[in-house]
Amino acid sequence: MSVTDSTPSAGFTPPTRFAVPGRIAVSNRAAATWQRATLTEVRRETPHAATFRFAVPDWEGHLPGQHLMLRLRAGDGYVAQRHYSIASPPDDTGHIELTLDHVDGGEVSGWFHTVAKPGDEVEVRGPLSGFFAWPGDRPALLVGAGSGVVPLMSMVRHHRARGLSVPLRLLVSARGPEELIYASEYGAETAPVFTRTAPEGVPVGRVSAAHVAALLADRPEGGWEAYVCGSNGFAEHASRLLVDAGQPVDRIRIERFG
Amino acid sequence: MNVTRGFTGRPRVRNDGLPPGQYDAGDDWPVLSAEVTPDLTPAEWTFTVDGLVAEPRTWTWDEAHALPPSAYEGDIHCVTSWSKFGVRFGGVSLDAFLDAVRPAPEATHVVAYSHTGYTTNLPLADVTGGRAWIVWEYGDGPLPAEHGGPARLIVPHLYFWKSAKWIAGLRLLDHDEPGFWEQNGYHHRGNPWEEQRYSGD
Ligand SMILES: Cc1cc2nc3c(=O)[nH]c(=O)nc-3n(C[C@H](O)[C@H](O)[C@H](O)COP(=O)(O)OP(=O)(O)OC[C@H]3O[C@@H](n4cnc5c(N)ncnc54)[C@H](O)[C@@H]3O)c2cc1C
Repeated sequence: MSVTDSTPSAGFTPPTRFAVPGRIAVSNRAAATWQRATLTEVRRETPHAATFRFAVPDWEGHLPGQHLMLRLRAGDGYVAQRHYSIASPPDDTGHIELTLDHVDGGEVSGWFHTVAKPGDEVEVRGPLSGFFAWPGDRPALLVGAGSGVVPLMSMVRHHRARGLSVPLRLLVSARGPEELIYASEYGAETAPVFTRTAPEGVPVGRVSAAHVAALLADRPEGGWEAYVCGSNGFAEHASRLLVDAGQPVDRIRIERFG
Repeated sequence: MNVTRGFTGRPRVRNDGLPPGQYDAGDDWPVLSAEVTPDLTPAEWTFTVDGLVAEPRTWTWDEAHALPPSAYEGDIHCVTSWSKFGVRFGGVSLDAFLDAVRPAPEATHVVAYSHTGYTTNLPLADVTGGRAWIVWEYGDGPLPAEHGGPARLIVPHLYFWKSAKWIAGLRLLDHDEPGFWEQNGYHHRGNPWEEQRYSGD
């Protein structure tokens, strides 16, 4: 995997400004090959979310922010496949972690939350997609909601594991403290925002222009690379706040969970 | 692939319109664009066709609307596994634009690009012969911005990432050049019936 600043092929460049140049060249072989992943551990994060750790012996490595495709197969050959962001940082040799929300009536997340146990096998292909990857080089402004924090947490963990000095900030929105995924892992880089219930003295409300202004105020040299992740509604809201606060559109990357 | 222990999945619904690995999203219409939804008004929107053509041309909103109307009614399929049945998009057939610019005989491919700079590549044969449209209506209303409004390309027989939102133009080429997702590991053609999701499928 190599880090690039622009698009890998120097071909046609549209006259319109390219909003989201890819950050890395992705391996087509990894994207094409299904691999066995064995569940080794399940950790509860919140009443609705849990982390699933897998052994994937042939995992070729990923960058924070990338996702994979996962599939389950029923006895009659029926297959269900979904995308999941990778929660673990790179270098967790031979292991990856995913954090899944339990979606009401969800086919795949339902299986994980009610049936799966260590020893079970699923299949994955990836890592996929380079545009949301963060190689750890540029100052990163991360804004996520709900399980949208998952790929951003991979970035936070990578930043810590490598002792990187490049600035990194995380603004994470959750319904309440008990719904905040990875709550015990956050440090000074993180500002949580609670939309329904909050601890004594902490305001309740959506991510606002004031939150974003506070983050953008201490502009690092070269400016921020913004990564926004969550539901489409949240992504639209947060990305608009960033644009209104002066963040250039070509330095906002958005991963929408649908 | 092995059977996943204890996984049964939803009750099977036989649906001949559903390509392999897809499910019916019903009334949902997920949004998966990677960039900020642009604030683009019809007055600012233009559509250009150039490259290997006899007469490159740019249409304004009103000029594009003066072309003969054409609608697509049918299904759409997204690479993230959802499909949507019985949708209606209204606009103009891409053939009407291409007839006006007259593609050169050596043109074999196009790169479609958006006002955001998003790009996607397509064989010319996939966007001619009544298989592609520039559309500004969804159902009976205007196409919503987050779904590509004021106007987008649709090429419904391919995965929907080929149907560039906020379409700005087409460049005709004599070779294939991968676009945004294609450079990010996605398949060059993206035929849902052959499950061409990723490069190598
Ligand atoms: C790039 C990307 C990364 C993602 N990363 C994460 C992540 O890190 N963590 C995470 O939790 N999620 C993530 N998601 C979302 C994830 O891919 C799934 O959409 C999610 O887990 C729901 O899948 P499911 O099978 O559990 O639910 P589904 O079965 O797909 O159901 C979702 C909803 O649709 C309804 N539905 C769908 N199909 C039918 C049907 N045939 N009949 C009836 N109802 C139906 C369900 O009732 C439910 O409300 C990501 C998505 C993308 C695109």
